[in-house]
Amino acid sequence: MNCERCQERPAVVHLTEIINNKKRVLRLCEQCARAVQAESFGFLPQMNLHNFLAGLFSNHMASPFGPSVAGGQKCPNCGISEGQFAKSGLLGCGECYRHFGERLDPVFRRLHGTNQHTGKVPERTGGKVKLSKQIDRLKVKLREAISREEFEQAAKIRDQIRDLEKELAREGD
Amino acid sequence: MSIKETVNSSHSHWMEAGGPEADIVVSSRVRAARNLNGLPFPHLLSESDARQVFHSVRLAVENREFAGKFGRLELTEMSELTPVERQILVEKHLISPDLLENYQKKAVVLRDDEVISIMVNEEDHLRLQSILPGLQLKEAWEMINGIDDSLEKTMDYAYDENLGYLTACPTNVGTGLRASVMLHLPGLVLINRIRDVLGSVSKLGLTVRGMYGEGTDASGNLFQLSNQVTLGQTEEDIIAALIAVTGQIVSSERAAREALMRERREHIEDSVGRAYGLLSHARIMSSEEAVKLLSDLRLGASLKIVDFIPLSLITELMVAIRPAFLVKRAGRDLTALARDVIRAGLIREKLNRIKYDK
Repeated sequence: MNCERCQERPAVVHLTEIINNKKRVLRLCEQCARAVQAESFGFLPQMNLHNFLAGLFSNHMASPFGPSVAGGQKCPNCGISEGQFAKSGLLGCGECYRHFGERLDPVFRRLHGTNQHTGKVPERTGGKVKLSKQIDRLKVKLREAISREEFEQAAKIRDQIRDLEKELAREGD
Repeated sequence: MSIKETVNSSHSHWMEAGGPEADIVVSSRVRAARNLNGLPFPHLLSESDARQVFHSVRLAVENREFAGKFGRLELTEMSELTPVERQILVEKHLISPDLLENYQKKAVVLRDDEVISIMVNEEDHLRLQSILPGLQLKEAWEMINGIDDSLEKTMDYAYDENLGYLTACPTNVGTGLRASVMLHLPGLVLINRIRDVLGSVSKLGLTVRGMYGEGTDASGNLFQLSNQVTLGQTEEDIIAALIAVTGQIVSSERAAREALMRERREHIEDSVGRAYGLLSHARIMSSEEAVKLLSDLRLGASLKIVDFIPLSLITELMVAIRPAFLVKRAGRDLTALARDVIRAGLIREKLNRIKYDK
């Protein structure tokens, strides 16, 4: 079996990492094992996290849709493309998380061993999160309805969104 | 104290030696990343959006209720400071080097005692930071947690039910929490056990770096230990895990120091004495030499081989010998030699003042 990092030399070292109580074993060649060890010790200039992320993400981005075309999809809110994310390792806005959605999952799992937050919930925003998620979903439906020229349906959805937005504004006070 | 006083003094509250385990744990720091809903993350932020972030932070911190709880905090835009002053804030660990790039869009909020700082428009809109002397991670987190609650009353955070606090980089998502301790580990380095100890740490989801953060080496036997994982654990769990590992490293370091004092006492005392001699008399001192000698002196002060030098002074010197401080002190740009001469003078002055006070 070849080294999981360089994919070139034969793997001779098993490196075990425990993140969030989940064990991960990497099979590496001697050179890569040494590099990985040095990186995590901080004795060498740290591996560039963004490059690592970008590599990881571009693979996952490319696989389900074939080779990604011209920078890939864009976030409708901030306009950042998959290609730009893959390059910088930085997302453009909070919406990116929703827009790129499940395709970021492997990134979270690789970095954190999970994709579920169990920590602090902000007092005020917390209650609003559910509402705003609902509004987001309705907005998608609204766009779909309009593109199908189902205007009666679209009007109904628009009213629903208005009601929820009012509720959201009340919660904000 | 205003920000101008902050950049004129090499002293900061986090350098005081009152904290627990201060002989080994120099300082504890907790940082939380937060972003505002509806605005692009800082790397895509326009000038006017950046000013909007400044404005909402000002509104949140510069009011009576907030000041009553946390003291007077003031926002300073990075463009109000000179390049040297900006660099000094980095050398004092109050801001990260990232805040120096594209500084027109960035700002810092500082409390007078420098325990609390908020970086504005760094990688995330807000990076709340608390830094305390010794092992005080819980205390630092409680402070950040309270400030966060107060800020959230007027600011809409980018937050997701499943993913928690949303951050520009997916490595920080979830709690957005980075907790770290700065450890002085000369004993483990001397007995050649440092790689074993730090190697086992990296398997526990923690990272180790040099004193000046990412990409720096561990000069002066200072190591920064921090959590890597921010998602899937509560803030309290992250802090508790870091405290537990720190406790283990502290005991190993103590054991190493005891062994050294048992078996190589003369050598240790000699290197401490030499360090003190050079530091208090040399006329030209490079940064590398100073960092190394200050590490030896700190070990000597912890082991009471020299009993008249407070640890806080040594920590302060580790910051004061950095280049931007020396330039500020001299009031002009310096050649390498001039810098080394001023550095030696500064160290002599501070050490000798202590000697004559006694």
